[in-house]
Amino acid sequence: MATREVISTGNELAAIAAVDAGCRFFGGYPLTPSSEVMHEISDLLPKVGGVAIQMEDEIGGICCVIGAAMAGDRALTATSGPGMSLKAENLGLAQMAEVPLVCINVMRGGPSTGLPTRVSQGDVLQAKNPSHGDYKSITLCAGSLAECYTETVRAFNLADRFMQPVIVLLDETIGHMHGKADIPTIEEVKAGVVPRKTFDGPANEYFPYDCGPTEPATLNPMFTGYRYHFTGLHHDKNGFPTEEIETCRKLIQRLEDKVAMHEDEVESYEEFMMDDAEIMIVAYGSVSLAAKESIRHLRKEGIKAGLFRPITIWPSPAKKIKEHTDKIEKVLVVELNIGQYHGEVQRAAARLDIDGLFKVNGRALSPHEIVTKVKEL
Amino acid sequence: MAFNYDKYLRLEKMPTLWCWGCGDGVILKAFVRAIEKMGISQDDVCVVSGIGCSGRFSSYVDFNTVHTTHGRTVAYATGIKLSRPDKLVVCVGGDGDALAIGGNHTIHACRRNIDMTFIVINNFIYGLTNSQTSPTTPKGMWTVSQKAGNIDPTFDACDLAIAAGASFVARETMLDPKKLEKIFIKAMEHKGFSFIDTLSNCHINLGRKNKMVSAMENLEWIDSITIPKKKYDALTPEERLNLLPTGILKEDTEADEYCDMYAEIQKVQQGLRKVISQDDFAKKI
Repeated sequence: MATREVISTGNELAAIAAVDAGCRFFGGYPLTPSSEVMHEISDLLPKVGGVAIQMEDEIGGICCVIGAAMAGDRALTATSGPGMSLKAENLGLAQMAEVPLVCINVMRGGPSTGLPTRVSQGDVLQAKNPSHGDYKSITLCAGSLAECYTETVRAFNLADRFMQPVIVLLDETIGHMHGKADIPTIEEVKAGVVPRKTFDGPANEYFPYDCGPTEPATLNPMFTGYRYHFTGLHHDKNGFPTEEIETCRKLIQRLEDKVAMHEDEVESYEEFMMDDAEIMIVAYGSVSLAAKESIRHLRKEGIKAGLFRPITIWPSPAKKIKEHTDKIEKVLVVELNIGQYHGEVQRAAARLDIDGLFKVNGRALSPHEIVTKVKEL
Repeated sequence: MAFNYDKYLRLEKMPTLWCWGCGDGVILKAFVRAIEKMGISQDDVCVVSGIGCSGRFSSYVDFNTVHTTHGRTVAYATGIKLSRPDKLVVCVGGDGDALAIGGNHTIHACRRNIDMTFIVINNFIYGLTNSQTSPTTPKGMWTVSQKAGNIDPTFDACDLAIAAGASFVARETMLDPKKLEKIFIKAMEHKGFSFIDTLSNCHINLGRKNKMVSAMENLEWIDSITIPKKKYDALTPEERLNLLPTGILKEDTEADEYCDMYAEIQKVQQGLRKVISQDDFAKKI
């Protein structure tokens, strides 16, 4: 892979990635610790003929992004926990109407206003189901500065592939981290862009929501001669409201299956020193950096620890987790919440004896804390 | 020859879910005639609606259509318009949509003066959900959520739009469909945010407990509370009480339009002009 070296922050790299991936619309509202995404992209987008708008509130931010995406743009919004709560209803509409977009959540301490300038991973379960109702969320989690870039790029491609919102989780530590990163060249990113599928046959043969049971909708951009209807209601193959029993059932089942049946296309994880590991640490986001450091310490002392790091958080890499937990007895989930992903690892492992190291005071976990906990196992 | 609406309607969606005698259909037809007279291709028009009886407007007309969440109509439309400033974007919302849950978006779309039209179908009540108080429900009227009588002060939608900075503000009623058609054309041809408080009847949910059980009684009441702006202006403040002026209430063709201004930002960032400063504006604050 051809790369370039940049010095930047996680939030800025996410903004740069969006523009490089072809994003041409941003709508948002200032929210610590995500605001730098808006600051950066509001300079970048007008340069390439795109638009960035600061809306009147978080809800307006997600709504105008959905509108721009309906019109055909790759579109982005960025926020933190309180903003995610406000955006939830309209993320649901984007799931229901199958409108592709990317939503970055730079996590801070919650609930409510919480700890605005401090790190947390408390929005992991929220990312799985931000809105009411059934659908299958796709959520990616950056574990390094470089991944703030690469995962944002991947999010845009997945959004267009699966025709739905894709959430990118950063956290305050990684969003505000400033340093060197090796990221793919723009040419490389552009070559990897797969735009959303469109229909180019006669308009009277176009049915945007008439697709196979595991396939996403085919939504042509507005104003291209294919007039159809978007709605958050249960809808038929043309997008019009319906309460017909079978149509309703098939629609919701398809929203689940279009992702569930293609999880291999979404799955992403990293294994660090896992080959001979006798202790498995599960960590993601900025915590994984501390976990790697702790593993280097432990290895020096002869303790064979390894890291399993989900990059695609939802759907979780459940099969891979089980593969490891079937072999490894000591498993420790380390996260900056009170066990949100711990529950998922227990589910995937079908074991109730998975250990956890949780921290919810807005402070980062140090490698030393992880080393101490591992020695207690 | 009678106007043929078929081309603009999604006939397979008829009959509408609107009640017999509802004003929404009259407003829809006036809108369709306005589009026909403007000679715009259906492919170049986007109609965005919210939730409520008026929310179904978008599914009955054959354009690019969006049925959004409650109150978010103009926020969705803002994204569509900024993405494609060359297209005609029309929002349709109810009084609850535009003034209660979506009030904030209405204020700021007016303030930005973004080039789109907001048709607010104001029937003074939440109709689809069966008679709850709306921001325009007159004081003292019965609603299902205030059975002892509404004590909430009544909102003047046009006053709000004018104060917030919309450059075209009008009020019309469905009693005069020809006037409505003309005002829709003026609004859609206007460059900037155009806001039309379109008064309509809901004899079913507003009228039944407020002594207006038929559409005609409800419409007579609307007639009795409205007066053309010219006549309204000649009245004393005491005489104006309980009356709403109709016609064009504000028309400013000089105001900066948001998409045009954003094009200037693009020029700055592309190095084609110096940064925008206070000197660029006649009206700075």
